[in-house]
Amino acid sequence: MAQENSFLLKIRNLHTYFFTDEGVAKAVDGVDLELEEKGTLGLVGESGCGKSVTALSIMRLIPDPPGKIVQGEVIFGGVNLLSLTEGEMRKVRGRSISMIFQEPMTSLNPVFQIGDQISEVLRLHEGLSKKEAWNRSIEMLRMVGIPSPERRVAEYPHQLSGGMRQRAMIAMALACRPKLMIADEPTTALDVTIQAQILELINRLQKETGMSVILITHNLGVIAETAQKVAVMYAGRIVEYAPVRPLFVAPRHPYTQGLLKSIPRLDEGHARKQRLEAIPGLVPSLLDLPPGCKFSNRCKYVMDKCQAEPPLKEIDPGHFVRCWLYE
Amino acid sequence: MNKNDLLVEVKNLRKFFPVRTHFLSREKLFVQAVNNVSLTIKRGETLGLVGESGCGKSTLGRLILRLEEPTAGEIYFEGENILQFNAERLRQMRRQMQIIFQDPYSSLNPRKTVGSIIGEPLVIHKIGTKKEQEERVRHLMEVVGLRPEHINRYPHEFSGGQRQRIGIARALALNPKLIIADEPVSALDVSIQAQVLNLLEDLQNEFHLTYLFIAHDLSVVEHISDRVAVMHLGRIAELAKSTDLYSNPKHPYTQALLSANPIPDPTLARKRVILQGEVPSPINPPAGCNFHTRCPQRFEPCDKAIPELKEIEPDHWVACYLYS
Repeated sequence: MAQENSFLLKIRNLHTYFFTDEGVAKAVDGVDLELEEKGTLGLVGESGCGKSVTALSIMRLIPDPPGKIVQGEVIFGGVNLLSLTEGEMRKVRGRSISMIFQEPMTSLNPVFQIGDQISEVLRLHEGLSKKEAWNRSIEMLRMVGIPSPERRVAEYPHQLSGGMRQRAMIAMALACRPKLMIADEPTTALDVTIQAQILELINRLQKETGMSVILITHNLGVIAETAQKVAVMYAGRIVEYAPVRPLFVAPRHPYTQGLLKSIPRLDEGHARKQRLEAIPGLVPSLLDLPPGCKFSNRCKYVMDKCQAEPPLKEIDPGHFVRCWLYE
Repeated sequence: MNKNDLLVEVKNLRKFFPVRTHFLSREKLFVQAVNNVSLTIKRGETLGLVGESGCGKSTLGRLILRLEEPTAGEIYFEGENILQFNAERLRQMRRQMQIIFQDPYSSLNPRKTVGSIIGEPLVIHKIGTKKEQEERVRHLMEVVGLRPEHINRYPHEFSGGQRQRIGIARALALNPKLIIADEPVSALDVSIQAQVLNLLEDLQNEFHLTYLFIAHDLSVVEHISDRVAVMHLGRIAELAKSTDLYSNPKHPYTQALLSANPIPDPTLARKRVILQGEVPSPINPPAGCNFHTRCPQRFEPCDKAIPELKEIEPDHWVACYLYS
């Protein structure tokens, strides 16, 4: 284990529940995570696995009601964010931690110019004047690779293409040089050639600014090409957590193995026209989970022991798995 | 090739949608969604159609079904020009071709039971008695991996993957020859995608189906298709056997698409071609080769005239001046 202070972010035993009419959905149910300075953590899983709720919990943006962080700590730069007042938290959001979302059109305000929206962050957090903030906005747009930023800064979101909007979102997120950027499915809505541009941009900006990144996606290819460490989530829990190479080369959890086998692959040497090995069953509903290991009802290695919930155990240095196979 | 091996033949197909830039503007502009496309679909094969959003791949699929009327061109199904069919012939004809949609949430009527959704084609075409229809529906549900006892449930009671199975069962109801699958797995979770892809392959073998498989995900298209057509702004850039296209892509656009596709293997060191710039607008596509604005290998002729789709190796067609 690295020294305590080299971590930018530590999540301890996080539980975020949603209290609905049909019952309590335990969207995040005991998540522990660590993120180093300048590191990239990939958070991967299928819909409803809790990856986005984990991110929103860090930002304290869980809609309450029905959601509530019922337990846990989110320690960022030595401070537990969950103990801050709303006013203090507002100073963290957008300044030290910022977030970009999947659909840039719905996260940009359609009635304000791009420059106004980037300026708002700068004026609020850094107290810049209107003019200074506008000029910095142009600089930010240039940094994220938007051509003729002097002109684009005065445009409205609908005048920009999907890729350009995501660049503008990134410019806004990075305006105050945050220590951590959370990217929730940043390229899912984009075409594959534009996706490659945006991923390259995030990688480059991370090197230039030294920020840490949490990248949330369902796309294992994106994770493999961007993250250094990966946490695989299933039904509100982390089932496997490892550096990117061992996770893809020697995945241990049956769910991770199943995911990797179920995607068709383009790279050569891979047997063509082979039948995909699908994971049987359905993506679980959070209101109706099996007892014990949550993957047990879809797992081909299921055994009696799986009636009880396995702990997340370190089986190789830095490689954690939540599975009874490795006892 | 024997004419009989061809199920569908499309010749010089065009579809232009009129758009108005401003409500007072008199200028008439057109989205050139499909622009001079010719291709064939052989009986029993899966033809993949890939491209980025707005390239016209879905429009092409809808044109073949005559869900859209083309601006120009010919579409032959089993040797007959379906554009000349009257309404009654067309209705008969539609029994032979069905479509599966991308979004299993919006393509199923929430007020109808699964049984009546799957059985609706049988009712429309007046096939069998009520009892026979129900039997057929139960059989279809079993075929696609749904439980027949759920026949009276409503779509909201099913997950995304199960709903896509309902859509597939509905498409199979009339024993069609051709199924157009428009992004059938892109709304599904990774672990469910594989289930549906396997199901589509099983059904193809069992019922001798021909697929036109439309998707933006190259790895999915490569997996399921025999031949693949790559579309760019309404035109076909490259058309080849799936294995050739992926091991030996010729068109710079295909090369860029393949290289941009992230591969889940961190040990792979890849040289990437990252395209600069944006996808051009299909309203006013670039002159000449419509890819030349983003093409890393463009040279003099590219912005002058449109390159023809040529067969440069057996069964490998490319529209690019690099190969002429």
